[in-house]
Amino acid sequence: MTAAAIAVSKPKRKFKLTKRVFSYPYVLFMLLFVVIPLVMILVNAFLDSDNTLTLDNFADFFTDKSSLIILANSLLVGVITTAICLIIGYPLSYILSKMPSGRVLVLFYVLPMWVNFLIRTLATKAIFIAIDVPLGMGTVIFGMVYNYLPFMILPLHTTLSSIDRSYIEAAQDLGADSSTVFLKTVLPLSVSGIISGITMVFIPTISTFAISQLLSNGKIFLFGDSIQMKFEQGLYGVGSIMSLVMLAFVLVSNFIINRAGRKSGLSVGRSLW
Amino acid sequence: MSDNIIEIRNVTKTYGAKDAVKNASLNIKRGEFVTLLGPSGCGKTTTLRMIAGFEMPTSGQIIFDGEDITDTPPHLRRVNTVFQKYALFPHLSVFNNIAFGLKMKLIPNGTKVNRKGEEVQLFRKYTKAEIKAKVDAALKMVDLEDYGHRGVSSLSGGQQQRVAIARAIVNEPEVLLLDEPLGALDLKMRKDMQLELMDMHKRLGITFVYVTHDQEEALTMSDKIVVMRDGVIQQIATPETVYDEPANAFVADFIGESNILSGVMLEDFKVEFADTVFECVDKGFKKNEPIDVIIRPEDLKIKKPSDPKTILTATVLSSVFKGDHYQVTLMAGENELIAHDTSTYEKGSTVGLYIKPFDLHIMHKSRIINEIDTEMAGEGLVWISDGKFECNCDFEAGAPVKVKVDFDDVIITDDEEDGVIGATVVSSIYKGSYYQCIVRTDDYYDFFVDTDDDWLKGDRVGINIAPEKIIVERREVSENDAPEEAPVPDQTAEATENDDAEVKG
Amino acid sequence: MVKVKGLFEKAYLFVILAILYAPILLIIVYSFSNSSNFRFDEGFTFEAYISIFNSEKSPALWDAVGNTFLIAAVSSVIATVVGSFAAIGIFAMGRKARRVLENVNQFPIINSEIVMAVSLMIFFVTFAFPEGYLRLIIAHIAFCTPYVVLSVLPKLESMDPNVYEAALDLGANPFKALVKVLFPMITPGIVSGFVLAFTLSMDDFIITQINKGASTGINTLSTYIYSDARVQGLEPFWYAIFSIIFVVILALVLTLNLVRINRRKQQEKEGAI
Repeated sequence: MTAAAIAVSKPKRKFKLTKRVFSYPYVLFMLLFVVIPLVMILVNAFLDSDNTLTLDNFADFFTDKSSLIILANSLLVGVITTAICLIIGYPLSYILSKMPSGRVLVLFYVLPMWVNFLIRTLATKAIFIAIDVPLGMGTVIFGMVYNYLPFMILPLHTTLSSIDRSYIEAAQDLGADSSTVFLKTVLPLSVSGIISGITMVFIPTISTFAISQLLSNGKIFLFGDSIQMKFEQGLYGVGSIMSLVMLAFVLVSNFIINRAGRKSGLSVGRSLW
Repeated sequence: MSDNIIEIRNVTKTYGAKDAVKNASLNIKRGEFVTLLGPSGCGKTTTLRMIAGFEMPTSGQIIFDGEDITDTPPHLRRVNTVFQKYALFPHLSVFNNIAFGLKMKLIPNGTKVNRKGEEVQLFRKYTKAEIKAKVDAALKMVDLEDYGHRGVSSLSGGQQQRVAIARAIVNEPEVLLLDEPLGALDLKMRKDMQLELMDMHKRLGITFVYVTHDQEEALTMSDKIVVMRDGVIQQIATPETVYDEPANAFVADFIGESNILSGVMLEDFKVEFADTVFECVDKGFKKNEPIDVIIRPEDLKIKKPSDPKTILTATVLSSVFKGDHYQVTLMAGENELIAHDTSTYEKGSTVGLYIKPFDLHIMHKSRIINEIDTEMAGEGLVWISDGKFECNCDFEAGAPVKVKVDFDDVIITDDEEDGVIGATVVSSIYKGSYYQCIVRTDDYYDFFVDTDDDWLKGDRVGINIAPEKIIVERREVSENDAPEEAPVPDQTAEATENDDAEVKG
Repeated sequence: MVKVKGLFEKAYLFVILAILYAPILLIIVYSFSNSSNFRFDEGFTFEAYISIFNSEKSPALWDAVGNTFLIAAVSSVIATVVGSFAAIGIFAMGRKARRVLENVNQFPIINSEIVMAVSLMIFFVTFAFPEGYLRLIIAHIAFCTPYVVLSVLPKLESMDPNVYEAALDLGANPFKALVKVLFPMITPGIVSGFVLAFTLSMDDFIITQINKGASTGINTLSTYIYSDARVQGLEPFWYAIFSIIFVVILALVLTLNLVRINRRKQQEKEGAI
């Protein structure tokens, strides 16, 4: 039977083949303007200013105290922002998910996300100045939370509201009180939402630029600002190393999200600025 | 020219390593109502899709009206399809759905003589008025006269079904293909539509090729039934023949209810099963050949034990009222039997049973022992599939051998990990006192296994065989010896190399 | 008890909502004060709105607005065409090829914007792409197209594959089946992909800022805000502009979403019947 199959293997359906061709322009475009640029970052990380191969960039970055402090600062701001977003966002999403009109109400919480983040940041900055709040770490973190809270609420709400009510009813039926119900059914079932919420807040927080500059009057520099600075100063090598570090964070967090069984709308969340 | 509108010649369709349809041949006569019947994954939908042109056969030919259409794309074939979930165009109204095919069509429009002096056929499209007339007629045919302007999503399932049928027949195809068209309807609607389709078949006079897994539907509607299983055609016959003279145990089990028992053909017209010798009308079997006996429940007559006709006695296990008959479960010796009777019998009572010789259907066993051509894996170890089994045999490693294992010596374990090799349950047929299962290894060898338990089709299981139960013989290696599997005489046993390749079946 | 808890939950929802919208509301209110210090020194006035048109910065401002729309229009149209065809092509591919392409498609979405921005910059500089619109439009297409693909693919997936086959069965050749059946059926996905691409492009700051090139002087609205307001804070006319943007965007997004929710409810109702 195999012999026959090979001998008479017919050309496949023609229209299938032509449809596949439709994606070729896009594939070519992505190759040129997404894949190759990323490869160039990788290459640049090993080049010095005269375009000769070197490992100095690595040495420069990993021995440069100020760069490492910026990285540490960014991670700290990222962790604090993410934690606050989770603490505020989880109860909020949970309450909303229980309400019949939650699907509409949640819209009002993610709506500000559609307004350019610079505008919102500048607005908060103007208010801080007007009410004499000193610009510094506190205002930066406020700004970050203000900007990225919707990114936490969106995936949390999606997962929480998609939890089948009958699980909760079953747990109650089996004699669990409300806190047990929450701990044993709702919380475990919303883990995927929590994880995607965390990454969706953490990654932009450490990589964005402008927010911390604006809200600290240039006193606090985060990793995103720092990458941009390096490239502005023409230090492509070190800048590339830092981009690679950023890329590593992105890939690790994406890996974690995938592992946690991503169900909620990652695309929705990241699409909003 | 023959009166066959469609001839399927030795068609095989392979997806990757799996055959969805294996060497199928089938002739469909003009005007016939042919039903492809079988469980899901049996290759019936794939066969239909090859006739429609959505799938190309891996090998073989499809002939339409004497013309080879194997490579013809679907839009050039003179067949139309009614799809399982209707596949109506959601963005078009009912009218435009039905008009779709007409708008695509070019019809002959006289001839002209070109510059070279040759006569050339001219074509034109249907005019709006022609389309309207045809669509209106089609709508009338399916009783939806006033629905032309409606959107298709606002219709009920039954109405959508009618639109789908109208959309296909308005093109006046020579063959109408129907892929489980009634599958999504509720029972009552299904019965009504069955009658309507039969009526439509009569009125239109065109050929219907109908796919279903519902044996009752097939028996009711068809002129000819094609029973398929695992990509292999099991039987092609009229509904009456398929029911009364099933070709093998599978067909018997699939069509209607039946008692299937293992027995021995003593000599012509004499068969022994359930420890009793019966008269029968079959001959031509080998002496003492192991066979399967099939008895329809309504053919199993319950008598008084003292009745002179009684051939064997049985104990009543249960008696359940089924609307127009009682289903009586009986225990005769070690064999469980089901009989249909007009009266009920008390549980535990002893009754006599009588079967007319004519009603005993005797079939060759598809296989009597599992035979595998393989190699030794080492001292006392033999390869079966991808596992090494212990055996009482000391041929050297690599020696070609034939391994034989009796059906009831193969042990199935619930947990795949508990077996030496893993396998998938393909089927399970009750044979009176035990279940005969077919389990398929990962390299597509089918083990026949007799067990006490009913295994769920599709489940993963493990296989164990006790060392002393594995019979190993040295094998002569000839050139055309297939290494994986010994040839098995009966076609049902050939049903090996595909699984659920066909998703929609 | 339950009532108290419900009240508490509602209060929580309200407080967070108030914090989210406070800056926005304050900006809108004080846009009528023609001041930068959140005081109504001049009383209620439209002066700030008028100065959008007649201040010395007006030409630069309107130039930026024009650029924003030009870049968004060109890049989102291209992204929609390329992305829709790409989705059809990807959908027709084998499982393996499809998974690879879907991952490549996902990358610009999960990637940190700053990394994407600098990688493109290195690419453009290395291959000497002319500074200005070309770089910006390519960059915008690169980050918008994946979203178009992502909004079209689900429409293809949810489509009954038999519908396309039905068109062939009824005598349409593959091209006609594509135009008459496939495209109309995925139109909702194409439209929402376009809207998404357009808004993303309009809203972008990081990629534009890094790739606009210093010498060209091209600004979009967001880069112009950044360059103008970073140093000397917000002049009164910015309050007016922000207010207009807030109102327009919030109204737009809100109605779009409410319409969508309503339609879904209606469908559910119809489905129930």
